[in-house]
Amino acid sequence: MITCADAVKELWEYLDRELPENERARVEEHLNFCRTCCGELEFAEELQRFMRSRQSDEIPDDVRRRLEGILSELKEP
Amino acid sequence: MPVVAEREHRAFQDLARAPLPRLYGLARRLAGRDAEDLVQETLVRAFKSYEDLKSPQAAGAWFSTIMVNCARDRLRKEGRSVREVSLEELDEFSLYRHIAEEDPFPYSDTLHADFLGLFDAEDVTSVLETLPAHYRAPMVLRYVEGLPTKRIARMLELPLGTVLAQLHRGRKLFERALWDYAERTRLLEKGDGG
Repeated sequence: MITCADAVKELWEYLDRELPENERARVEEHLNFCRTCCGELEFAEELQRFMRSRQSDEIPDDVRRRLEGILSELKEP
Repeated sequence: MPVVAEREHRAFQDLARAPLPRLYGLARRLAGRDAEDLVQETLVRAFKSYEDLKSPQAAGAWFSTIMVNCARDRLRKEGRSVREVSLEELDEFSLYRHIAEEDPFPYSDTLHADFLGLFDAEDVTSVLETLPAHYRAPMVLRYVEGLPTKRIARMLELPLGTVLAQLHRGRKLFERALWDYAERTRLLEKGDGG
């Protein structure tokens, strides 16, 4: 049996499927009865989605101009 | 420049132009304010090894891999002066609990989602930038780029256990940095209708 503190430490590894089978089973056993840790797990999943979704690949015009300048100045490999 | 070399140079330029926004975005996440430098270094290194590129279709992944290699080499140079973060300081922190305890939006039924809803892409890039670079790189590669940890370990030339430990600390640092950023930039007040 593991404590909430131990379970919370392992939730991201649990989501990432990085835990060995025995540790994964212990986390699952804990999640079966602990509502707080289930909340932590849902939030960890939400945070992972959040990190993927809050990204922008915009490039400012001045940066693009400078980088294209670098491209045209490159000497033969 | 000889005609063949000139043609190759043009082909490289055409190939590199399309992924520039994507490369710059990745560089912002990996290197923060040094992003433009990192893209430049990537372009120069890619041009030098242009003949290694098997097919133009693979160019996007090829440029990204070269960028990660450049970022890794920069990390190694900085490695000696890196400040290690004590796990004890961090281990007790849970953003989930902290949001519930601080209760920044007392009338909300969706407290945690509302907290995350305060952040736009620029905010998240700024939060990632506050992380020490050797925690930031695995975090970006794992949770933004979605790469498996074994591949990250190969790319960064680190033992898998080291990457897992960096991810563990990186996640804790990221959670705490989100809260600190929301306080520092008064995002919480905006979210509270203030």
